Amino acid sequence: MKLTGKQTWTFSKELYIASTGTAVGPEEAAGPLGETYDLTFKELHCGQDNWELAERHLLEQSINICLQKAEKQPEDVDLFLSGDLINQTVIANYTARQNKIPFLGMFGACSTSMETLALGAALIDGGFANHVLTAVSSHNATAERQFRYPTEYGGQKPDTATYTVTGAGASLVGTEPSPIKITSATIGRVMDLGISDPFDMGSAMAPAAADTIATHFNDTGRTPTDYDLIITGDLSSVGTPILKQLLQEKKFDISSNHQDCGLLVYRPDQPVFAGGSGCACSAVVTYGHLLEELRNGKLKKILVVATGALMNPMMIQQKETIPTIAHGVVLEASSKGGHE
Amino acid sequence: MSKQKLTPEQQEYKEKIKPLQPKPPYLLNVAKAFLVGGLICAIGQGISNFYLTFFNFNEQTVGNPTVATLILIAALLTGFGVYDKIGQFAGAGSIVPVTGFANAVTSAALEHKSEGLVLGVATNLFKLAGAVIVFGAVSAYIVGMLRYLFQMWF
Repeated sequence: MKLTGKQTWTFSKELYIASTGTAVGPEEAAGPLGETYDLTFKELHCGQDNWELAERHLLEQSINICLQKAEKQPEDVDLFLSGDLINQTVIANYTARQNKIPFLGMFGACSTSMETLALGAALIDGGFANHVLTAVSSHNATAERQFRYPTEYGGQKPDTATYTVTGAGASLVGTEPSPIKITSATIGRVMDLGISDPFDMGSAMAPAAADTIATHFNDTGRTPTDYDLIITGDLSSVGTPILKQLLQEKKFDISSNHQDCGLLVYRPDQPVFAGGSGCACSAVVTYGHLLEELRNGKLKKILVVATGALMNPMMIQQKETIPTIAHGVVLEASSKGGHE
Repeated sequence: MSKQKLTPEQQEYKEKIKPLQPKPPYLLNVAKAFLVGGLICAIGQGISNFYLTFFNFNEQTVGNPTVATLILIAALLTGFGVYDKIGQFAGAGSIVPVTGFANAVTSAALEHKSEGLVLGVATNLFKLAGAVIVFGAVSAYIVGMLRYLFQMWF
């Protein structure tokens, strides 16, 4: 049975991440994982005329690198699953216009990274594709202008705010053996515990992450100790302690093996408030650093839970609270070789 | 779910996470706002004194060139990417003076340059500052009418 428990998909085929590509902006390149990205830009414009073009360039570059590493052409890929944070996911749409791969645009806010990876794996498992390319992007300036204020506006942000990661991450999923295996995924439910402050996403998203992680354990019968690492997308320093407490209440102790991509992607002394956020936050950390750790054997089995806040500024202005979601994907080190 | 009608579960969550959330440093923010706001005003006074000493202005007319100079400085600092950093440090200290208004207008103009001069810059110029103008005009009208009626009756 592929559906395990209520919300978990256990893949019956052997599914692998053939290759990944990451491209990031200057603040991420200066972060502690700076060496793990494939491509870094020194300037937020990434050599483009405006912010949206810059984000599109990041997404295109991450995809090019990913396909190059796997020695594949766009024609070899059956399906392209992609999304971003900008209205109508135009960054992904306009990238799909270039590469001509059959395309499904997806939106799960910052959870889109694992949403695309989980669905891509499921579609291959179901026999609907042989190679699926999944990719997401976010850009600090495009997110600022859409969700907050103009980039140069001098408003003061609280310490609970997060800093949108500038970058893009792509992965190619297939059935040819490689060192990284995708074995299962848990699709999240939308949670809303009444947080309405858009400058406090950590508190808003922690319940969604807790729900998905607890459901994953209940569905699979596993415990936190079955994983070397349980990594959340962008809960930041505010949401991380809340998640640990919420799971503790459900009798799951993740205090020793939990980390958050939003806290790994920057150094504490960088001007990023509570930590990184955005679709690219979980994508560049997972597809760069974490996959490398799986490849070199430091990690064997990880649960990546990408978290997303499903609101827009209009809903916030209408005094609505913030619905949030989290999707988890299990990645395992495989002894079988591959391209990389 | 609207903010006003939180369920018991949502209320409970809000209470539960309070001790885990960072406390806003109100006192420090007030002190920083006071210092930077005061500094901006002191610079304004300096500019004002400069115009009074070297140009043909008097106490009544020196306000306009002083404000124009402060706006120019704030606009330039916004363009060079400095004002948002001052704003993050100073909070209300750099938003309340006229320089904050200049920053709100200039930053919106810069941001929407990519959508063209008419629909981008011109349309969005007062996106943030428009509220200040609306409430400024409305409150000026109300105060003016009250003063007029007061003078008429007493």
